[in-house]
Amino acid sequence: MAESPAYTDYHPRWLRRRLSTYWWLEKPSYLAFVLREGSCLFVGWFVVYLLLLMRGVLQGDAAYQEFLAWSARPSVLVLNIISFLFLVYHAITFFDAAPRALSIHVGKTRVPEWIVGASHYAAWVVASALVCWLVLGS
Amino acid sequence: MIRRQPEPFLWMLFSAGGVVSAMLMPALVFLFGVAFPLRWLPPPDHEHMRGLLGNPLVALVLLGLCVLSLFHWAHRFRHTLYDGLQIKHLEEVIATICYGGAVIGSAAAAYLLWQAQ
Repeated sequence: MAESPAYTDYHPRWLRRRLSTYWWLEKPSYLAFVLREGSCLFVGWFVVYLLLLMRGVLQGDAAYQEFLAWSARPSVLVLNIISFLFLVYHAITFFDAAPRALSIHVGKTRVPEWIVGASHYAAWVVASALVCWLVLGS
Repeated sequence: MIRRQPEPFLWMLFSAGGVVSAMLMPALVFLFGVAFPLRWLPPPDHEHMRGLLGNPLVALVLLGLCVLSLFHWAHRFRHTLYDGLQIKHLEEVIATICYGGAVIGSAAAAYLLWQAQ
């Protein structure tokens, strides 16, 4: 080793197997992973959508009606239908992971995983009902 | 000297945002993104919506939802870009865009909800 190799930040290039850009299409489990991670795009989009809705409401009835008309445009509607599917997928993956991330102990015994998981789903149902009740009015 | 690592804090925001968005967003996007535009349900009138935003408790929940969800997006998107597209060398640019975007969106949410009070 007479020559001193150039310093690189990461792994030496010659030990790396070239990974295809489309590696996530190779297995269903890889695709599920990418879809789960990709759900964050729809979380971000929906915050933008909420901000637009709030701005419309604040600006008055005309702006609110304009927002409602805009939300019914096919491109926006299709995006929101896809968002709904991704957000449900996001919720399921998050609640399914919760029992593994959250270990709750009562005294010295650990609360069984299914109880932690089930309570998340129960809270989801209650929260969704509360949202509908508040928005739709009694 | 204590070296402060931002990663655990950012992960906490990611995790909290994941839970809050999972709890509230499916119902909200179903109502405002699907059911009202398709006229499955009549959309609430302006007065009702204005009253909701003017309620401090509702505003606080909406602010928490917006802020935490934005940081959830920023954190997950940043890591997905690193891992998925193998562009680790753009680390600083991506982090700036992601968390910067989350900060700007949070400020917008705070401003709007403050105005509603």
